[in-house]
Amino acid sequence: MEGEGAFKPRVVGFLCNWCCYGGADLCGVSRFQYPPYIRVIRVMCSGRVDPAFVLKAFANGVDGVFIGGCHINDCHYNTEGNYDAYGMASIVKKLLEQIGLDQNRLRLEWVSAGEGIRFAEVMNDFSAKLKKMGPIGKSEGVPDDVLKRRLEAAMQMVPYIKLVERERLHSNLRTEEAYEKFYASEECDRLFKELITDKLEISQMIALLREKPRTPVSLPSCWGCRVGYCQACQHFGAAGVVPVR
Amino acid sequence: MHSKETEAATQKAKDLIRMSVARACCLEPLQEFSLPVDKNALVVGGGVAGMTAALSLANQRHDVYLVEKEKQLGGMARRIHSTLEGMDVQAYLNDLMHKVYQHPLVHVYTEAAIVDAEGYVGNFTTKVRSKRGLTEIKHGAAIIAIGAEEHRPTEYLYGEDERVMTQLELEERIAADDTAITDAQSLVMIQCVGCRNEDRNYCSRICCSHAVKNALTLKEQNPSMDIYVLFRDMRTYRFAEDYYRKASENNVKFIRYEPEDAPVVEAADGEDRPVLRVTATDYILGRKIELDADLLVLSAATVPASTSDEVSRQFKVTLGPDGFFTEAHVKLRPVDFAAEGIFLCGTAHYPKHIGETISQAYGAAGRAAGLLSQDSLIASGSVCQVEESMCVSCGACISACSYGAIDFHENAQGYRAARVNPVLCKGDGLCNAKCPTGAIQLKHFTDKEIVRQLDAEIPDPKILATA
Ligand SMILES: Cc1cc2nc3c(=O)[nH]c(=O)nc-3n(C[C@H](O)[C@H](O)[C@H](O)COP(=O)(O)OP(=O)(O)OC[C@H]3O[C@@H](n4cnc5c(N)ncnc54)[C@H](O)[C@@H]3O)c2cc1C
Ligand code: FES
Repeated sequence: MEGEGAFKPRVVGFLCNWCCYGGADLCGVSRFQYPPYIRVIRVMCSGRVDPAFVLKAFANGVDGVFIGGCHINDCHYNTEGNYDAYGMASIVKKLLEQIGLDQNRLRLEWVSAGEGIRFAEVMNDFSAKLKKMGPIGKSEGVPDDVLKRRLEAAMQMVPYIKLVERERLHSNLRTEEAYEKFYASEECDRLFKELITDKLEISQMIALLREKPRTPVSLPSCWGCRVGYCQACQHFGAAGVVPVR
Repeated sequence: MHSKETEAATQKAKDLIRMSVARACCLEPLQEFSLPVDKNALVVGGGVAGMTAALSLANQRHDVYLVEKEKQLGGMARRIHSTLEGMDVQAYLNDLMHKVYQHPLVHVYTEAAIVDAEGYVGNFTTKVRSKRGLTEIKHGAAIIAIGAEEHRPTEYLYGEDERVMTQLELEERIAADDTAITDAQSLVMIQCVGCRNEDRNYCSRICCSHAVKNALTLKEQNPSMDIYVLFRDMRTYRFAEDYYRKASENNVKFIRYEPEDAPVVEAADGEDRPVLRVTATDYILGRKIELDADLLVLSAATVPASTSDEVSRQFKVTLGPDGFFTEAHVKLRPVDFAAEGIFLCGTAHYPKHIGETISQAYGAAGRAAGLLSQDSLIASGSVCQVEESMCVSCGACISACSYGAIDFHENAQGYRAARVNPVLCKGDGLCNAKCPTGAIQLKHFTDKEIVRQLDAEIPDPKILATA
């Protein structure tokens, strides 16, 4: 058994009612063992998981977020929400990287209602990986207040991100391979950078400015050095504001 | 599942309860509503299972649409001539087909393929392409009875030597009074061909009885024939054990083999004739034996119907790890699918004998009739709802909803907003996750409810106080 002081990750899981939730239930009934870190929130379909929920969970300080859905093409619904969960999770992972977090803190898995043992395996593996990653922010070297600010800025952008996902950042072909390929493609990275990265920085600046008046010079330091002075000026320029030094 | 960490498990339980209470604090009453039920039924697959179920439903005054992909009804049973218990399968089948064709309420579509299936319990719409063209069938329930197929072996010279055949082929040749079969001096059967291995890790259930049946028939026609059955485990379940004993008494030799030491077959010259030489280890004698056979019969695995993947996708019903359809619950809902309004029977479920197939077909028809006899169903009120003042009419929800439950309408204030038809809404909440403004909310799983639940993950008494 582990020592008293050992790091115990906090994990929130969103499980779809029809598959993964059933799998977790079967896992329990079958008494397969896995660490008691996850706090489960049941949703009807993995497609119901809003990017805002994931960001909010991290902002609340959890170390990992798990999303469990039906296997691809097995979603209980006609809408095949698990593809949407795939797209959403892929974008949020990129967002997490941007924020300075390990993207593996968000994990998406397909577990059917019959795969009790697989649920335990996934939980064991995710728990072990999170333990290795350590507490959120600290391990990545992002101070708590900076992390919180960045996540809040990202949350502000959720409506915009949803629009971008719908218009540009998705694969038109609904197959697992096509999704995998699209979200790993340079094209996707380019679109993400063009459409989201800058906006995220501006959103972070605004979040800082909302707190109290700051000069462009002071901004980068509060930022945790993600954005330089020049970039800050650029963003102000884009917003039609001429900063004074 | 956390038996070694009792304290942490208790903490987890407390957290989960706190989270649920936080959510419960903002739950709102749901308005249930009733859905009409279409009285017709669709049966997919015109084998014994499909026909039996169709007739049973038609006799209870429901119109039944029976869809069969082949030219003729009957399925696997067309190739089976008797059962172990002595039932004349062909006579039974002809009678059944006759009744089906005669029944005014059974509408048969042969050489038909399902193009598309949509809808939900009580109100399905399925498009069928057949010689009659494209037909759109509206039905309240569906029964999946697409059966199973016999595996084509790749081992033991099958397909290379015409003296090697499957049990079904043997049965057909016996029925056709093929003298090459009945005059044979020696015949070897090998069980479990193509199953109970790494690729197909299940038992096909029917082959043991099938082998015993064919062996007994042959012994009856030609008592001097030497018959050897090489088996891994004989499972002539239920009362068929008696026939297994009878076969032994009639001098059918049962010899066990191990999968690691499977029999080896080669064409060879026997004492007076060319033979198939089968070499196997006899575990009782403790040594290798050679059997010279005129015919080799393989009890090939029963495999899922080739269309099962497609049907599973069309009707959103699940296949188990072996590729057969799985019921919602082995004991509590044995002929239901998890998807409401869809039922299963026959060998589409797993290999079973004709008697079992018929019983299960009545079971499925009974469950479907239970549903179809109602005039309306109560649907859950957990559906989506639009707060019009927040709707920017971007259409994200509309493109997300493949049920077509959302459309635009002009509201009283004269602007365009999304609107949900609660009867069509299935409550998956994808639209909710896609809406940029949070105007559309899935009742019972609203953003507010889920975020409350999420926030309560931290033990903070303030959260409950403000909920
Ligand atoms: C090798 C073998 C040996 C057997 N031996 C015996 C025996 O000795 N004694 C005994 O009692 N039982 C035996 N059985 C079992 C018996 O055959 C079955 O119990 C019974 O015939 C199953 O009937 P069914 O209607 O479920 O399936 P099937 O008879 O397979 O009928 C299914 C029908 O569905 C049709 N279909 C498939 N896909 C579609 C689609 N997508 N759309 C429309 N139609 C479709 C098929 O064409 C077929 O007509 C044996 C089975 C096998 C495979
Ligand atoms: S219902 Fe499980 S992912 Fe959609």
